[in-house]
Amino acid sequence: MERKAQTWVTLAYQEKPGSLPEGREGFLESSQPDMSKYLLLQSRDLIFSNFNWRELCGNPPSFLGNSPTLFGSRRFESIKSGREELDLEYENGGHQNQAMDFPGGRISFTSEMRFVSESPRERIPCYRVLDDNGHPIMHSSFVEVSKEEALKMYTSMVTLETMDTILYEAQRQGRISFYVTSIGEEAINIATAAALTPHDVVLPQYREPGVLLWRGFTLQEFANQCLGNKADYGKGRQMPIHYGSNKHNYFTVSSPIATQIPQAVGAAYSLKMDGKDACVVTYFGDGGTSEGDFHAGLNFAAVMEAPVVFICRNNGWAISTPVSQQFRSDGVVVKGKAYGIRSIRVDGNDALAVYSATRTAREMAITEQKPILIEALTYRVGHHSTSDDSTKYRLVDEIEHWKTARNPIARFRKWVNGNGWWNDEGESELRANVRKQLLQAIQVAEKAEKPPISDLFTDVYESLPSNLCEQEELLRESIKRHPQDYPSDVPT
Amino acid sequence: MERDARVCVIGEDVGHYGGSYKVTKDLANKYGDLRVLDTPIAENSFTGMAIGAAMTGLRPIIEGMNMGFLLLAFNQISNNCGMLHYTSGGQFTIPVVIRGPGGVGRQLGAEHSQRLESYFQSIPGIQMVACSTPYNAKGLMKAAIRSENPVILFEHVLLYNLKERIPDEEYVLNLEEAEMVRPGEHITILTYSRMRYHVMQAAKTLVNKGYDPEVIDIRSLKPFDLHTIGNSVKKTHRVLIVEECMRTGGIGASLTTAINENFHDYLDAPVVCLSSQDVPTPYAGTLEEWTVVQPTQIVTAVEQLCH
Repeated sequence: MERKAQTWVTLAYQEKPGSLPEGREGFLESSQPDMSKYLLLQSRDLIFSNFNWRELCGNPPSFLGNSPTLFGSRRFESIKSGREELDLEYENGGHQNQAMDFPGGRISFTSEMRFVSESPRERIPCYRVLDDNGHPIMHSSFVEVSKEEALKMYTSMVTLETMDTILYEAQRQGRISFYVTSIGEEAINIATAAALTPHDVVLPQYREPGVLLWRGFTLQEFANQCLGNKADYGKGRQMPIHYGSNKHNYFTVSSPIATQIPQAVGAAYSLKMDGKDACVVTYFGDGGTSEGDFHAGLNFAAVMEAPVVFICRNNGWAISTPVSQQFRSDGVVVKGKAYGIRSIRVDGNDALAVYSATRTAREMAITEQKPILIEALTYRVGHHSTSDDSTKYRLVDEIEHWKTARNPIARFRKWVNGNGWWNDEGESELRANVRKQLLQAIQVAEKAEKPPISDLFTDVYESLPSNLCEQEELLRESIKRHPQDYPSDVPT
Repeated sequence: MERDARVCVIGEDVGHYGGSYKVTKDLANKYGDLRVLDTPIAENSFTGMAIGAAMTGLRPIIEGMNMGFLLLAFNQISNNCGMLHYTSGGQFTIPVVIRGPGGVGRQLGAEHSQRLESYFQSIPGIQMVACSTPYNAKGLMKAAIRSENPVILFEHVLLYNLKERIPDEEYVLNLEEAEMVRPGEHITILTYSRMRYHVMQAAKTLVNKGYDPEVIDIRSLKPFDLHTIGNSVKKTHRVLIVEECMRTGGIGASLTTAINENFHDYLDAPVVCLSSQDVPTPYAGTLEEWTVVQPTQIVTAVEQLCH
């Protein structure tokens, strides 16, 4: 059945030419499910239907931020309580009014005292397209993917898994100091990345290197950062896996949880002001949704109508804290509704479903200038990091199950194989190649020079201030006097 | 905001309401409520938002309704604002200005009488300045907005009503420079923000008593203008610091160390620092008055130092 698209609008309606415009509110219906036909008051695209609507704030809507009141006049009405909430029927002297006015709008009342239940009888269902055997489910709707795109997605997932496995081993061998894997979450990493354009700004948490991989970050660049050598874009200042690359529109990873969420809203605010055809995408885990920044960030995004797609990788575990101890809501998807944000729950291990949902969310965010929340359900197959041994707090059987039977890469492989696009020879060749490239990249990265001493002091400020100059001098003197006490492979 | 379309203001009640002390009055009417943005109440989040916007090319000015509330934004300020330029290897800049009213007012209660400069002074990557007159407020604000570094600009709740004749044309002051308020020979008095006025009041009394104090408004709290301060110490050989911070871990404490380390040979007496006591600011007006350094105490300290 066709769903009518509805948008709540506040506009001036002139009954007859020359009469004073009055405030009116109501639902505007469009029978087109296509997003672009939605009526948008507060963004750059204003599409008129067959009513004679004129914008209440008096200025014609101008598209790229020239209008003084880009948010329209709602805020200037807000101090008057509910007087403008005029029901058309009520105004026509119609039937008895069964509603009340309060700040925030019109509300119907009930004389039955009923509490809204804290847990729904049914949980929000999860969108999936491929079954566990990689067959498309009957009548599933999804965005088509070309053979080229699908193969790029598949090979990227394999590359990500291989990179994770080898770099994890490298840490175990003492070749790098720390590592965080994304094992089990390859579909989320790659499929979301594939659904975006290079202009979309990405603010990661730290379990999303696949997005960077998709955008063209090379295995050598990954290795350089992990080994903290001179070629690292971060100049050796951050721990491994804290990648960042402004040319790939991937903001530098910052360890504290969820700090990127309000920053993402700010980046979206910037895009909105410039009227760019791009959105912001930010990632976080189930644990991150407990942070204050998550709540405030989502709330801000909704109020500010910011074009940001929030992607929660609900992988069941925040180090040793299972989701049952993280929150008591029906997961993360229901939180979107609480903030007035359109949300969807998707099978995070189904690359096609993730791709479709992200593509659609992106379009909605940009066209409608509003935030969207995606909860991708998945499982953290690896340990939290190399400093963790998750067998201490969860069953080995559980981990094995998700590693094998619910493996997202294997599932997608079955689909591409089924289409005749891939085969087992390609598989072993791919894995061998990636492995070889990576081992070589690590060797090259290990042999490369470390960042020089001067990089300890630069970039704290835009230019080197006198106190840091002094401190650098002191350090250099100290090194000269006691060379045996300082690492020999750091160029001075 | 007129000169550069990337400049925007983010904070609570900065738009329609014009700000808690009317600093952003009428800006929303002129530039729209997207560029002068009213946010929901979540300091850590709108600070984070401004950081994200700055990394994406805007130049936001974050207003803390009262500086004390920015304690809630400490995580974003310390871990991200001060750090991301460094940890990203210089790829992302954060040219934000964080400003707001702070200091001890008239019976605002302990939570609204915070002196955040002492808490923030350790954070690497940020700069701190305190304005004290209409003239330096304009110049420092412009400089802060144009700086590529994140700058925290401390305003004082009791100084908003000051009136002064200032040039109409544009001028920008140096963020790292101290201001010579009154040249003198006998003693160097270093101060900033509201305490400048208590010092100048004390200076009148001191002059009548035959002293010649040199008064410097340090303005730059991080980094200190050790050039101006040093020249003064080399001349007078005595230093009195008058601040509103609490005794422990305040700006005065750091400044004392810096002067001792750099100008030890030029001092004829130990550096003396007058600060507020290590107590939360009481509400009762009489008690509040005595937690803040008063002119009489300054006069006494100078007399003692100069003997």
